Amino acid sequence: MSLNRREFIKAAGLAGIGGSACLLGERAQASEARSPSPDAMGVLVDIPKCIGCRRCEYACQEAAGFDPPPIETFEDKSVFEQARRPQPRSHTVINRYANPQDQANPVYNKFNCMHCVDPACVSACLVSALSKQEDGPVVYDVSRCMGCRYCLVACPFEIPTYDYDMPLKPQVRKCNLCAHLVPEVQDVPACVKICPQEVLTYGKRSELLELAHEKIVTAPDVYIDHVYGEHEAGGASWLYLSSVPFDQVGFKHFDHKAPPRLTEKIQHAEFKYFLPPLMWFGLLGAAMWLTKPESGGTSHE
Amino acid sequence: MSEHHEPLPVERKLLTPGVYVLLLLTFIGVCFAAWRFIFGLSSVTNLDQQHPWGLWIAFDVATGVALAAGGFTAGALAHIFHREHYHAIVRPALLTAMLGYTFVGIGLMADLGRYYNIWHPAMPWMWSPNSALFEVGMCVMLYLTVLYLEFAPIVCERFQKYDKRFALLTNLSDRVYPILNKIMPLLIIAGVVLSCAHQSSLGNLMVLVPSKMHPLWSTPIMTILFLLSAIAVGFPMVIFEGMYAAWSLKLKPEMHILSKLAKYIPVLLGAYLGFKIGDMAIRGSYVYLGEGSTQSTMFIIEMVFGVIVPFVMLLSARVRNSPGWLFLASLLVVLGVALNRINVFLVAFMPLYPVKSYFPAIGEIAVTIGLVSLLMFLYRVVVTYFPVITHPGKVRAA
Repeated sequence: MSLNRREFIKAAGLAGIGGSACLLGERAQASEARSPSPDAMGVLVDIPKCIGCRRCEYACQEAAGFDPPPIETFEDKSVFEQARRPQPRSHTVINRYANPQDQANPVYNKFNCMHCVDPACVSACLVSALSKQEDGPVVYDVSRCMGCRYCLVACPFEIPTYDYDMPLKPQVRKCNLCAHLVPEVQDVPACVKICPQEVLTYGKRSELLELAHEKIVTAPDVYIDHVYGEHEAGGASWLYLSSVPFDQVGFKHFDHKAPPRLTEKIQHAEFKYFLPPLMWFGLLGAAMWLTKPESGGTSHE
Repeated sequence: MSEHHEPLPVERKLLTPGVYVLLLLTFIGVCFAAWRFIFGLSSVTNLDQQHPWGLWIAFDVATGVALAAGGFTAGALAHIFHREHYHAIVRPALLTAMLGYTFVGIGLMADLGRYYNIWHPAMPWMWSPNSALFEVGMCVMLYLTVLYLEFAPIVCERFQKYDKRFALLTNLSDRVYPILNKIMPLLIIAGVVLSCAHQSSLGNLMVLVPSKMHPLWSTPIMTILFLLSAIAVGFPMVIFEGMYAAWSLKLKPEMHILSKLAKYIPVLLGAYLGFKIGDMAIRGSYVYLGEGSTQSTMFIIEMVFGVIVPFVMLLSARVRNSPGWLFLASLLVVLGVALNRINVFLVAFMPLYPVKSYFPAIGEIAVTIGLVSLLMFLYRVVVTYFPVITHPGKVRAA
């Protein structure tokens, strides 16, 4: 044998370290996000226009088939005393925030699935139960779901919810941008349709972005110069305009890079065309053969 | 190649008082699990919309996978690198891994909302190769199969050598045994490759959620850290369970093997420690060490008692040669890696809109304790009837 056992093991070890280093190098140059489809639809939310009537909450529950209480019950303003989050039976919620510029007129913000351009939940799902449609919505196929809830863990906006109280057929629940209704039954999602203040504009994401920036330019005294959802976590189909900084209306700050860009790069580096596992198989096989004792060795029981 | 001790069935009385305690704990766990299956996750767990994963994922699944790493590390040492000295540890390590992964599966069933769809990741039309969890799921399924096949010869041996009451089984064993032995090298290598793949992918799970992770743990090299810590905990786990089983079964621990095996631990644990410190230095996350939060305290406990102390201890030959100290040092490594998994999946996970904090409910703890008890009971059953443990002193003519 030209290569003795120790040298071989050392070489194999170095190869492993080298491989890991390459992996790290690749990570450094990960891209920002998958590019959005030109057909992707979205919604622009003009936060200053919202009066907190909560009709969108009613319409959403109705569109999702949940048989909501009468619409008058949604006029109850006491719910605003707490910041609420989406629930399995209410996929959108309106919260009230103090307006630092005008104490008499609080600000309302709407929370629901952002329908990310490059969604972490879709990347997380191990059975492809969540998918991103070309026309924008991130949709859920319950027939594939195992109920592992990695999508809840993964979502940077903390949107999907789960039927923890259902023993047999629990589901992941979240806004689907009314993908089951639009465009066959109606032209726009239920919340957009019912909004009496024209807070919500449904349209192509690319056109909504233009519109948003136009509004900022024409009314710089009303809007801060930031379209939330343009770049957050790689970008989203829902875009928000605000008069107050977004961290004061319940939104968090995010990197512009979509989280799946990093994990998928690592995952694919580990498994590129199955070559790395095969390489390890070969290396270990070679080690097994090369380090075999001269005496013929024992069997492996 | 001095000793030719052969693994033998222990053939001791099975139902000791300790075993009754295990069975009682298992029964309690089964009751809570039944409650969960009848009334849903919220009836037994403290999970909520902000905390989708709790003790069952952090301990039963993530820690279970890590602590079963003894199976592939011992297999690699004895069979791939042909360190014949360590043959005696391979079977107990294999048994631990086989039972460990079986329980990962059972624990996961309790946690999955639609447990009856657990087979879905194996269906090509549902494959989702972008998901780290898909990779973990596939590898665990394949590895579980490999582990059962690796263990099958041991089952055969019982019917070939120690129990000839069932002619059919003896015949079948005689026929299957040579085939299994022929493919064994392939199985052993496959076990190592599959293990490395999913141990590291498990670390990639939380890389997807940097915004909810405490910076002390949130690093893109989590895959490397998970793999290195799994490799580092393999031998300590073998030593810990070997000594514990010996004590429990009133056998003498195989110190001449275990002390030598312990020499590898500082090397492997040192590699992990090096990467961990390097990662902290490069990311500058050490600034959070003095934060005084639950997270920083847990991180310090994990690193000091789970890595640094046992690393220093095991550098000393006196520690490695003393049964008591070796047991303690190995236990520290085991607890340290377990704490790391719990920290990564529970403590470091900080929801952006928390309603309340998560602490496992009585029912979650009871199910986990029940699973561990059942695992220990089955370990005892298997070593009692199948040739797993090599008894020092009892030499059998080959």
